[in-house]
Amino acid sequence: MEDDAPVIYGLEFQARALTPQTAETDAIRFLVGTQSLKYDNQIHIIDFDDENNLINKNVLLHQVGEIWHMSASPSDKGVLATCYNKTSDSRVQTCAAVWRMPKELESGSHESPDDSASTAQTLELLCHLDNGAHGNVACVTWEPMGDGKKVISLADNHILLWDLQESSSQAVLASSAALEGKGQLKFTAGRWSPHHNCTQVATANDTTLRGWDTRSMSQIYCIENAHGQLVRDLDFNPNKQYYLASCGDDCRVKFWDTRNVTEPVKTLEEHSHWVWSVRYNHSHDQLVLTGSSDSRVILSNMVSISSEPFGHLVDDDDVSDPEEHHTDEKSKEPLQDNVIATYEEHEDSVYAVDWASADPWLFASLSYDGRLVINRVPRALKYHILL
Amino acid sequence: MAAAAAPGPGLGSGPGDSPEGPETEAPERRRKAHGMLKLYYGLSEGEAAGYPAGPDPLDPTDLNGAHFDPEVYLDKLRRECPLAQLMDSETDMVRQIRALDSDMQTLVYENYNKFISATDTIRKMKNDFRKMEDEMDRLATNMAVITNFSARISATLQDRHERITKLAGVHALLRKLQFLFELPSRLTKCVELGAYGQAVRYQSRARAVLQQYQHLPSFRAIQDDCQVITAGLAQQLRQRFRPGCSVHRAPEQAECVELLLALGEPAEELCQEFLAHARGRLEEELSSLETDLGPSPPAPDVLEFTDRGGNGFVGGLCQVAAAYQELFAAQGPAGAEKLAVFARELGGRYFALVERRLAQEQGGSDNSLLVRALDRFHRRLRAPGALLATAGLSEASTEIVERVARERLGHHLQGLKAAFLGCLTDVRQALAAPRLAGKEGPSLAELLANVASSILSHIKASLAAVHLFTAKEVSFSNKSYFRGEFCSQGVREGLIVGFIRSMCQTAQSFCDSPGEKGGATPPALLLLLSRLCLDYETATISYILTLTDEQFLVQDPSPVTPVSTLCAEARETARKLLTHYVKVQGLVISQMLRKSVETRDWLSTLEPRNVRAVMKRVVEDTTAIDVQVGLLYEEGVRKAQSSDSSKRTFSVYSSSRQQGRYAPSYTPSAPMDTNLLSNIQKLFSERIDVFSPVEFNKVSVLTGIIKISLKTLLECVRLRTFGRFGLQQVQVDCHFLQLYLWRFVADEELVHLLLDEVVASAALRCPDPVPMEPSVVEVICERG
Repeated sequence: MEDDAPVIYGLEFQARALTPQTAETDAIRFLVGTQSLKYDNQIHIIDFDDENNLINKNVLLHQVGEIWHMSASPSDKGVLATCYNKTSDSRVQTCAAVWRMPKELESGSHESPDDSASTAQTLELLCHLDNGAHGNVACVTWEPMGDGKKVISLADNHILLWDLQESSSQAVLASSAALEGKGQLKFTAGRWSPHHNCTQVATANDTTLRGWDTRSMSQIYCIENAHGQLVRDLDFNPNKQYYLASCGDDCRVKFWDTRNVTEPVKTLEEHSHWVWSVRYNHSHDQLVLTGSSDSRVILSNMVSISSEPFGHLVDDDDVSDPEEHHTDEKSKEPLQDNVIATYEEHEDSVYAVDWASADPWLFASLSYDGRLVINRVPRALKYHILL
Repeated sequence: MAAAAAPGPGLGSGPGDSPEGPETEAPERRRKAHGMLKLYYGLSEGEAAGYPAGPDPLDPTDLNGAHFDPEVYLDKLRRECPLAQLMDSETDMVRQIRALDSDMQTLVYENYNKFISATDTIRKMKNDFRKMEDEMDRLATNMAVITNFSARISATLQDRHERITKLAGVHALLRKLQFLFELPSRLTKCVELGAYGQAVRYQSRARAVLQQYQHLPSFRAIQDDCQVITAGLAQQLRQRFRPGCSVHRAPEQAECVELLLALGEPAEELCQEFLAHARGRLEEELSSLETDLGPSPPAPDVLEFTDRGGNGFVGGLCQVAAAYQELFAAQGPAGAEKLAVFARELGGRYFALVERRLAQEQGGSDNSLLVRALDRFHRRLRAPGALLATAGLSEASTEIVERVARERLGHHLQGLKAAFLGCLTDVRQALAAPRLAGKEGPSLAELLANVASSILSHIKASLAAVHLFTAKEVSFSNKSYFRGEFCSQGVREGLIVGFIRSMCQTAQSFCDSPGEKGGATPPALLLLLSRLCLDYETATISYILTLTDEQFLVQDPSPVTPVSTLCAEARETARKLLTHYVKVQGLVISQMLRKSVETRDWLSTLEPRNVRAVMKRVVEDTTAIDVQVGLLYEEGVRKAQSSDSSKRTFSVYSSSRQQGRYAPSYTPSAPMDTNLLSNIQKLFSERIDVFSPVEFNKVSVLTGIIKISLKTLLECVRLRTFGRFGLQQVQVDCHFLQLYLWRFVADEELVHLLLDEVVASAALRCPDPVPMEPSVVEVICERG
């Protein structure tokens, strides 16, 4: 049962932004945003054909600037938000905008990879999320379950909730809150929780994690010194409402129960440099993916704190083939948290990792040198979780 | 001739022929005479013949036979014998007759003489007897006279003798009576004088008599008196015996009880009372001990305390037990059981007191005093222990001693831990002090030596202290606990191994301190601890354990932690500490670099004139770290390189390589080239593990720190956008770092690589990348 080899796709430019096309549930599709100061930046729409192990790409031009962060609308396949740098004379400003891609590209039916460069299409701007009054935007996050009308952006020390109106062509600032404190506070990352009726958002600034209530825009909880150094990313467990993973410059991945903020539930220390990205698998939350500037991607199996702590029911195996004892042993194994695999296909720092929205066994990672690697969860493990 | 012939045969046939007449008469006579003699000598006729059994006693031809018939004989001769033979027979017969005649004559004579002399003798005897008879008669009369006299005398004395005997009896009786009559007063007197023993002896002597004659009124009175007095005596004795009375000494008590017993008091009750009283006394001892114990710190030291307890309580208990067993031996096992219960209960309370006192001693530092106190305590309890085997006092005391020993071990372990923490505090202070004073304090090496020696001396002191427990002269040292478990599990495992483990844990806890940002722990302390652990791994642990094993000849078969395990733990700790040190120091420099990159506006910066101060600071700090690590760790191995390569290498780096590196990116040919080149280059360079474990040497440590710092610089640069001069500033800074940092690392290629990447990234992040001339860069660096 050989695992399929990883599929590698190279971009011409440096890249940091990666997102699955969240609203797409059939095809495996990722969006990658490039960073180039000298050329027009692009958004690559990567279609992965799982059966043939083939990649199809489409390129969209993103001419306003290099892309630092990108997120796709959970309801509309064609809508996405980017955070981009606008360089003017001696100023660099990071702005955010909501875009719509051309209709024909939404489902990736385009079949002409050869002449894509010449026929590169442009994104249609729907609206800007910031007029620059609030500072540099660090990230944009969509309301995970809604109709794609609510977006939160983090700009310097402000957390801004936008209402998208008139088919997203207009963004109205619904409410906002500012982080007060000593020194220059800056948000580095934020995620919108899929639980609690989508009323909670978690943000990271410096070494602190904070939870916000989107209705009142007030702080719910605060994990001071969640990491020894800067917190780079965080993610909510899709199945356990109080569980949250965070990662940062102390090379650690920590799992939190937001009801008890004094101690992490679990700490992983597998990377040898800063961990830039952490993602729960959307279906099987024991699978946790992390990417680090040590150029590695690590897939961990956090069974003990997952929503399926005991795996599947053991009895099934027992009844069907009682003579096979090793199946019993296998079914007990996952009780231990362990690293499933370390992927070393990257040569440079990996700044983004994410799971495919359509296939829970597939994920992509993106390193700074523009290399996108698509990998699968090892089959043995997959069957083990499924059966 | 016939006649002649006739006598012949006649002769031959015996005297019957020729001397027929006399011859036939003679045997008659002879036979008569013979018979008479026979009669005289009382022999029967047959026997007198002298021939018990001839051929035939009735043979008439036998000459000597009783039935000899001369006719038959002669006939026979004549018929049978010839003449000559007849003649011969006749002569022979004549000769025989003559011989017989003469014999007879001789016999007659002899007998006659004898008759005469016998007659004489008889006559003489007759005379003598007559004389004797006279004398006998006289004697008889004399005797009669004497008898008469004697009878008269005794008749006279009889009367008096009887009277005397009677008088003597009366006298004795009177004396007894006198004793009896005097008894009450005597008893009273004795009681007054306090001679209770005497009194009881009198009483016991008189008791039986009085008992016997109590039907007589006078005796009855005496008996009543005596009983009253005895009752008084018993009362008094009991009085003496009761608590609150002046008499408190156990021997007197025992005496009292003995007397009371002799007075016939019920043993059961006495026994009860005796124990009750003994309890009172012992309780007094206990309460005095308890006041010694007091709520406030006790005045007498523990030795004095146990001495007091030993003398007062245990001594008392011994006396009580001995006296009890002597007095109430008759009580049997029930009595013994009672005593055992008594001893157990009081002993329990005594133990509780001793334990409380010992518990107060736990905090103290003087082990020898404690051991001596325990020794006394244990020794004192052996006597009652032997006396009262069932009360289990000995075992209980051993248990207490063991418990104290265990607690003592725990105390020493705490002490060692505290000492270790104290050392650490000292080190912290020493590390903090010189900065304030501005002058050099003790060097790290000195501090390390201080810490090591201080800990070692503490360990030795503790070992010596607990060694007292196993000293030969201590009474409990030969208990199995102290020979086996105490040595192996207690001292070796509990104290020494426990301490080393806790030391490692304490040291490791510095690695996990949550305040990673600042240094709650000074990095120098981490370094020092790491070296300390490493030293432990290489030498100290085995030394300490050998020392322990020697001092405490461990005989216990239970498994002990091997040296290698401990060493491995120590090494692991040392490695963790050193890795943490690298992280902390790397973080300090990283933070500096990061701030410097993040806070600067790189787009609008001016043309670089100087190396930025922060880079100088980085180099200074790195040098300081180098010195610091150099104090404790060896140099380590570098990759082979020429010693004077710095300049040359750098010029190569800055001119050709740097040029070659991102020259293509200046030309707007293709965006691919940059990536292609950097990717190709990466293919040939090894992946750099930034936070990789370090080895125990200076170069490895510094390589780790520099790697972390430069990687941080790289990541930070990638997050910024640079103007032309910004890029040039980065160029200058990197060159500067290159100039100074290569010497610290194991492989200078690594520094080149990372710095290359920093500059390349900066170039990528620059919309207008115009690098500075390498010569200018060099000039600036040399100037600054």
